[in-house]
Amino acid sequence: MTFFKPLLLAVLAAASLGAHAKYNGEDRGKPVMPSVNNAKMQAECSGCHMVYPAGLLPAASWKKVMTGLNKHFGTDASLPAADNKEITDYLVKYASNRWTAKTAPLRITESEWFKTKHSNGEINPAVWQRESVKSPANCAACHQGAERGDFEERNIKIPK
Amino acid sequence: MNTTHPLSRLLACLAIAVPVAAMANPILEGYRTQAKQENAAFKDFTVAAGQKLYGTVGPNQLSCASCHTDSPKATGKHAKTNKSIDPLAPSANPKRFTDLAQVEKWFKRNCNDALGRACTTQEKGDFMTYVLSVK
Repeated sequence: MTFFKPLLLAVLAAASLGAHAKYNGEDRGKPVMPSVNNAKMQAECSGCHMVYPAGLLPAASWKKVMTGLNKHFGTDASLPAADNKEITDYLVKYASNRWTAKTAPLRITESEWFKTKHSNGEINPAVWQRESVKSPANCAACHQGAERGDFEERNIKIPK
Repeated sequence: MNTTHPLSRLLACLAIAVPVAAMANPILEGYRTQAKQENAAFKDFTVAAGQKLYGTVGPNQLSCASCHTDSPKATGKHAKTNKSIDPLAPSANPKRFTDLAQVEKWFKRNCNDALGRACTTQEKGDFMTYVLSVK
């Protein structure tokens, strides 16, 4: 029994560490912005919204997003099959490399890292309602360098 | 020497005919051919029908004007994301209606969003006829 005790403690410690993984395992990638760009993705996504850096979500999320484009947050954003495949392959390849949870949210704003970074203690909830911000999906309203993958705290400017 | 040389008359005719031919939009002409094939009673595309379609509010409480504004010449704004949308009318934005794949992609998406269904060839042609007429 004395022999097993340290082992048991080690297992318990590892388990509790796992449970307390940063952001419950829902962490954005490092780097968040891939070093390689994809012109097709850039062109297609930017038709309607800012181009979210691939590292903001895990591969499983991007697969879900890309197979549901005909109902993309209430909008038909469907793409020809070849374009869809090229963009999916890119997003999956450069998805978050620090996401360890089995989760795959569709919205970046549902991830634990996002919720922690943008909690009510950090940001007045009324900010999200401003016409200049419109929604938490509009990263660039406050993070001017968002499209370049720059989410540095010192570069945040919250609009009126 | 007041008589006009026959060749200059021909050139004058060409000068008028060539710009008219250049103005015809190949994508619109494609829809016209398709509409004739689909419907033996097809007459023509009209500005009035296109304009009416542009302002039609569908089941999702959206119309073309919701994002493209009341004027196809104006810069629009995405109703949900605030993203700026370049003008739709070629008179303000010559890149519009020059690439069939782009045109088909956006008709598919936006007819679904605004009308809750696909657009017919007649509707696509009417719509283009209206937007191309806005000077």
